[in-house]
Amino acid sequence: MTDPLVLCIALPLLGAMLVTALPRWAVTLGIVAALSTASAAVALTATVWQHGTLHLMLGGWDAELAIALRADGIATALVLMANLVGLGISVYATGYFHDRIRVRSFWPLWLLLWAALNGLFLAGDLFNLYVMLELLGIAAAALGALTGNRDAVAANLRYLLVGLLGSISYLLGVALLYTAYGTLDLGLLAQGVAASPELYGVNAAAMTLMVAGLALKAALFPLHFWLPPAHANAPAPVSAALSALVVKAAFYLILRLWLDLFWPITDMAVAMLPAMLGAVAVIWGSWRALRAERLKLLAAYSTVAQIGYLFLFLPLLAATPPGPARDDLLAALLLMALTHGFAKAGFFLAAGLVQTNAGHDRIDDLGGTAQRLPATTFAIALSGSALIGLPPSGSFIGKWLLMQGAIATGQWWWVIVVTAGTLLASAYIFRVLSRAFGLEPTPLKFVTDARAEVPALTLALVSVALLGLASGPLWTLLGLGDAGGGA
Amino acid sequence: MSWDYASLLPGVIVLSSLLPGVFIFLVREESHTLRTVLNLTGAVAKLILVGLLIYGVWLGQVFETRIAIAPGLTLVLNADALSVLFVTLSTVLWLITTVYAIGYLEHSTNRSRFFGFFSLCVSATVGIALSGNLLTFVIFYEILTLATYPLVAHRGTPEATRGAKIYLAYTLTGGLLLLVGAVWLRTLTGPVDFVEGGILDDLPASLHGQLVVIFGLLLAGLGVKAALVPLHGWLPQSMVAPAPVSSLLHAVAVVKAGAFGIVRVVYDVYGVTLAGELGLLAVLSVLASFTIVYGSILAMTQDGLKKRLAYSTVSQVSYIALGTSLLGPVATVGGLVHLVHQGIMKITLFFCAGNYAETLGVANVSQMDGVGRRMPLTTLAFTIGALGMIGIPPIAGFVSKWYLGLGGVEAGQHWVLVILATSTLLNAGYFLPILYRAWFRPLPASWPKEHHFQTRFETMGALLWPPVITAVFCLLAGLLAAAPFSPLEWARLIAQREYGL
Amino acid sequence: MLTAQFLYGAAGLMLFVLGLWSFLVHEPLLRKIIALNITGAGVFHVFIAIAYRGDTAPPDPVPHALVLTGIVVAVSATALALMLGARLQDAEEEDQSR
Repeated sequence: MTDPLVLCIALPLLGAMLVTALPRWAVTLGIVAALSTASAAVALTATVWQHGTLHLMLGGWDAELAIALRADGIATALVLMANLVGLGISVYATGYFHDRIRVRSFWPLWLLLWAALNGLFLAGDLFNLYVMLELLGIAAAALGALTGNRDAVAANLRYLLVGLLGSISYLLGVALLYTAYGTLDLGLLAQGVAASPELYGVNAAAMTLMVAGLALKAALFPLHFWLPPAHANAPAPVSAALSALVVKAAFYLILRLWLDLFWPITDMAVAMLPAMLGAVAVIWGSWRALRAERLKLLAAYSTVAQIGYLFLFLPLLAATPPGPARDDLLAALLLMALTHGFAKAGFFLAAGLVQTNAGHDRIDDLGGTAQRLPATTFAIALSGSALIGLPPSGSFIGKWLLMQGAIATGQWWWVIVVTAGTLLASAYIFRVLSRAFGLEPTPLKFVTDARAEVPALTLALVSVALLGLASGPLWTLLGLGDAGGGA
Repeated sequence: MSWDYASLLPGVIVLSSLLPGVFIFLVREESHTLRTVLNLTGAVAKLILVGLLIYGVWLGQVFETRIAIAPGLTLVLNADALSVLFVTLSTVLWLITTVYAIGYLEHSTNRSRFFGFFSLCVSATVGIALSGNLLTFVIFYEILTLATYPLVAHRGTPEATRGAKIYLAYTLTGGLLLLVGAVWLRTLTGPVDFVEGGILDDLPASLHGQLVVIFGLLLAGLGVKAALVPLHGWLPQSMVAPAPVSSLLHAVAVVKAGAFGIVRVVYDVYGVTLAGELGLLAVLSVLASFTIVYGSILAMTQDGLKKRLAYSTVSQVSYIALGTSLLGPVATVGGLVHLVHQGIMKITLFFCAGNYAETLGVANVSQMDGVGRRMPLTTLAFTIGALGMIGIPPIAGFVSKWYLGLGGVEAGQHWVLVILATSTLLNAGYFLPILYRAWFRPLPASWPKEHHFQTRFETMGALLWPPVITAVFCLLAGLLAAAPFSPLEWARLIAQREYGL
Repeated sequence: MLTAQFLYGAAGLMLFVLGLWSFLVHEPLLRKIIALNITGAGVFHVFIAIAYRGDTAPPDPVPHALVLTGIVVAVSATALALMLGARLQDAEEEDQSR
């Protein structure tokens, strides 16, 4: 049981139980669990890096009933991102919650969410994915409502219900696939779908149900309506986790289904619909972010836009034959997702600090606060430039390759979408940053609250410097897994 | 990447200002000495490193830093003759401007922030100069935008915020067009390396239509920073920045980055022959000529000294584009040498304008009566810069105009002479009245806001010597134009290589 | 008994559609929660119908296991939704009494 694959899920789960049993030690135990989980994720990455895709059957049953775990390049990259971000969020949270009740409810739920997240990335069969998805949704909604104020509870109740609807729709799709192929294992199902073009109706229906349900959870326009209030009203570390990780998990699952399972039926024409919705999401989300009055609402709408970018890759992947060009697109897609994970988490953590310091997060009145907290403003600036896609940042490379793919496949209209989205993103980020150059008194030192500012700054730096200047290893990691898109 | 001297030097040159910049952000506001030490260490170290680079390039060594960002996307920094020209200019002027800025901002706030971004700005400029391919160029070009924005907004007044916003709107949009052009070009050719003579000759004629559109995108992106009319609107607005920033913006960093980019794209991507065949040079020359005349006319109407200088920049930087747009090595020499000459002359003028404002509170031309008697050395430096801009021998500007005119004749484009003559008249029209006021009008009873520094000179030493030194450079560049290692000789070397002579 | 299996599955699908419809058109929280549970029950019915392998063979255990797990998940989700709903109601009453 010391396989990093298992530890990634077991450690946070164990941590969640311990903090529930010993609430007095919640912070200490929580941070120990966070550290050990993140270490397990690093160990997992190292193993996958060396040996390629890992498979594991838990419980000694055969493929039908056992819990199948699998870590390929895509999953590992996301696990590593999620766990490093999770560690940053945990460190930040140690200083964020002061109320004893909040501390005691935060840690168990947070570690549960973490376990569900890792479980979702690493699950190898459709039903475990469903369980993890539900667990994730429940933990996320409970965490989001933690502040207990009316807006937060209302928004997160809606989030919970919408999420449940999405999961049920997904589950019905699973039922259809089980009817047709009698298995839930992703690998076996992929073979089945590929071998049975005559079952096109069942495949298409299952795909529609599953992808639509997950698109609801991933907040793809126009199914994004629940996201901005839920993310904007949650406590800052929770907002960071929701926006950076939880939404990404739903998208990950869509990607898995799209590339591994349904690739025989997801051709250009099919891929156009989500991509067009993604394009509208980019424009609409960015526009609403620009019009947002509050910093956290801005960040939440920016997530709607950033998720939109990820869907733009689907028709490009469909139009590009297997080879280096397609690998580049896949890596760019992942790179955008990873960059957004780090950057959005950094942004939300910094925004939370601004909020606690100023007592509000109305953008127009932030002048003095932005001046007083240079490190926080820097974190916002760095993560902001990663959100815009300015160089050097992972999303700059991602957008470069996205546009390259769009031009190479003749789908030049996506270039216009990306350009417009980038301009809007610059406008909303610099709307915030321009507050930092007012006439308010000058700060005397760079860092004021290390425990909160260092995680935010580190996450932002990773999105900019590490992913922007050294994203090569991602290709290696993906190349190790069977990330060829089922082909 | 490998780890030997020749493959590290270009990267280290960029880092030599980047690292001090990062540390400066962390310096506490009141630690004046530590910040100054960091600033000057970076500037001097960079100067020494660039000295080594010039020596090496002169010996024929190849310097190249390559960092693979992702498969197929490589950050390349290398030193060819053209990059050496621009790197040297920015490094020398950075050192001088740093000294000036330390003096200028002696008692102001937010200095750690200012000098941090100041260093980032120079790192980006040097990165642009050393870029070995279009991707690297785009990356540093965008970083330059980001690093200059806080400098323009530095004062914090509503006008500063507004000016910075306009600056950002122009440059980010331009940067995006450049990015789209660069990506598009890459899909046609693979990695776009800068190679003397261009890399697009082998492309089939069927792609020429796309190449023209791409050139339009690239030119629009570069033209914003180079302040080509009608993309120049940001430049007069960003005049709200503190004087050292204006100096840097106008002489070294931003406008030069745009002009340098145009030179790179024309010579080292398209190749001057292909650019001529596609009719791109004609478009560029019309744009540049129009900008030269239009900028000068607008400059005449400005009373604010910095605004007048700003429109003068709009006009003067297009000399570089004009030289680039004329087919023939002589015009190329004229354009390239003006890259340096405009830099040293314009920085002199901006330093002086800053001195007038800091010492006497004089910001408008109409207030400049008699400043020559109150501040003789500063005004002498200003005079040299202004006469150079007009093109009076033996100051540097004359050399530029001479070669441009000669180049126009060589290319059979005699209208260039008309443009040059018009521009010279207009230059005289907006500079000579200033000189007349400064030297020959009587002193006013009192200055708008006089500042007395504890010194026996007309103003603080850190403010006085930088313009004096750059004014001496202007004279030397003109007088010793034929000496080895002069800007002119170096520009000749580049032109020979570009034309394969 | 193919028809029984078919009927069961079709009823499940119908429950799913009914629940979905009810969820989308009804505003009150309680109705939405019940609607979701009906939707879920519909999917469970489909699973149970799948498990049927004829009168002589024992039913497929896998869908049964899935349904059991699914029920547990649905119950906990419902509990959380009810709790959040109750808290929301408290907050609203507090607002009114103020």
